[in-house]
Amino acid sequence: MDLFIHQVLAGLATGAIYACMALAVVMIYQAIDHFNFAQGEMAMFSTFIAWQLMQWGFPYWAAFFVTIGISFAAGVLIERAIFRPIHDAPILSHVVIFIALFVIINSFAGFIWEFTIKAFPSPFGTKPVLGEGLLSAHDAGMMAVVGIVLLLLYGFFRYTRIGLAMRAAAANPDSAKLVGVRVGWMLALGWGMAAAIGAVAGMMIAPVVFLEPNMMLSILLYGFAGAVVGGLTSPVGAVLGGFSVGVVENLAGTFIPYFGSEMKLSIALALIVAVLMVRPSGIFGRKVVTRV
Amino acid sequence: MSAQFLSVRNLNAFYGQTQVLFGLDFDMAEGGITTLLGANGAGKTSTLRALSRMLHTVGDIRFEGEEISRKATEDVARLGIAHVPEGRGTFVRLTVEENLQLGAISRPDKRAIANDVDRIFNYFPKLRERYYQQAGTLSGGEQQMLAIGRALMLRPKLMLLDEPSFGLAPLIVQELFGILRTLNRQEKVSMFLVEQNASLALDLADHAYLLETGRVVMSGPAKDIREDEGIRRSYLGY
Repeated sequence: MDLFIHQVLAGLATGAIYACMALAVVMIYQAIDHFNFAQGEMAMFSTFIAWQLMQWGFPYWAAFFVTIGISFAAGVLIERAIFRPIHDAPILSHVVIFIALFVIINSFAGFIWEFTIKAFPSPFGTKPVLGEGLLSAHDAGMMAVVGIVLLLLYGFFRYTRIGLAMRAAAANPDSAKLVGVRVGWMLALGWGMAAAIGAVAGMMIAPVVFLEPNMMLSILLYGFAGAVVGGLTSPVGAVLGGFSVGVVENLAGTFIPYFGSEMKLSIALALIVAVLMVRPSGIFGRKVVTRV
Repeated sequence: MSAQFLSVRNLNAFYGQTQVLFGLDFDMAEGGITTLLGANGAGKTSTLRALSRMLHTVGDIRFEGEEISRKATEDVARLGIAHVPEGRGTFVRLTVEENLQLGAISRPDKRAIANDVDRIFNYFPKLRERYYQQAGTLSGGEQQMLAIGRALMLRPKLMLLDEPSFGLAPLIVQELFGILRTLNRQEKVSMFLVEQNASLALDLADHAYLLETGRVVMSGPAKDIREDEGIRRSYLGY
C-alpha cells in the first residue's frame, strides 16, 4: 500500500509536467483548431530566455514575469507574421510550418546556448514535503502553479468580455465577425497566451529535466497525450489528462511484471489509445452536436 | 427621404471565378424597410454577404455617404450594420446571455448594455426564461429571436435580415414579423429584408426589389408590387 501511494505521488509529480504542457497545447488548439507541434520548442526557447535573464543578474521572479511577457509578444508575432498569411491554406501547409518552426527553434536554441545541459533553479526549493523521496517542494509548487494558471484561464474566459470574444471567434468565426469581433486579433491573442503558458510550463519543468534544447521532446508527446485523453476542448480535462498519464505511467512501471520500467511509456500510450477507442473526443471533451 | 443612407451602384460579386451578382443598383431610405425578393439562387443571400463584406465584390457600396466596399466585415458591423445571417449564426455552445453580450461586444458603454438586454426581453420574453441556457438547445423560433436580439444589441442603424421566416411554423412567423414591424417603428431600425415568402415580406416592407439570376429585374413601392397581378404571377408565384 505504501508503495502504491508512493508511486501515485511520484506519478502526480511527473504528471504535473505533462499537465503544464497539455494546458498550453489545448489553449492553442482552442484558438486555431490545430495541434502546434512547435509548442514544446517555443516553451524550451522561453525557458532559455529566462535562464539568460538570470545569468544577466535578474532575480528569479523578475526573470519569470519578463519571460512570460516576451513569450506572449513572440506568440502574437509568430501568428501575425507567419500564420496570418496562410490562414486559408490547407491543414498540411500548417503542419509543415509547425514542423519547420520546431526544427528552426530547436537548432537556433542550440546555436545560441549550445546543447550542453544547464541547471535551472526552482523558486520553491527541492526539499521533500511529504517524506523522503515522495513529493518535493518543487513538485508541490509546480502543481500549485498549474492550478493557478487554470483558475486564471477560467476566470478570463468566463468573466471577461475579451475572453468571451475569443471563445466566439474560435467557435464561429463568421458570426463573430458579424457582431464586430476582430477575429484575426483574437487568434493572435490565443497564440500569445499559449506561448505565455508554454513559458510557464517550461520554467516549471526545467528544474526537473534540466535545460537543454531537446528537453521538451518526450514531454511534448506526453503533454499531447494528456490533452487528447482529457479532451482537446477542455483545459480542465487537459490538466487531469496530464496528471493521469503521469500516474498511469508510474504505476504501470511498478506493478506490471516483466515489462518493468522500459515499457512503461508504451503502456501509458496504449492506455490512451484504449480511452480514445471508447471515447473518441476524450474523457472531458465535448462532442460537437449540431441541431438542424 | 435621405437617399444617402444606403446606396449601391454597379455591384458585381464573385465566388471564385463564378459571378453571382451582375451590376446591381439599389437605394434604401433611412428608417424604412426594403425587401429583396427572388427565387432560390437569385443572389439574395449573396447581396447581403456583399453588404457585410463577406464576399468579393466590384462596385460601390455607400452607407451614410461612406464607401464601405473596402472595409473588413468587423468594421462594417462597427458602423452599425447588423447582419442576421442565413441559418441564424447562433453561438450554439454559448448561453443565451453570452450570445446577447456578444452582440454588444464592440460597444464600450457597459451600463447601457445591461438596459438593452432588458429592452430585448420586452420584445422577446422567451429569451428571459432561457437566459442561462445553452443557445443550441433553443427551438428554431427562439433561436431566430435570439439572432435578432443579438443584432439589436449592436444598436444598429441598419439590420440585414436573411430569411427570418425560414423553417418556422406559420404562427411563429406571424409573431416574428409583428415584432419586426414594432422594432422598425419604436427603435427606428432600418431593415433590409431578404425573403422567399414574398407576400409576407411585401406586407412588412415599404419598398421592394426583385432579383433574378443576380440582376434587379423590378423595383418599386411594396404596395404597387403587391397589387400588380402580372408581377405576382410571373415572379412571385402566389
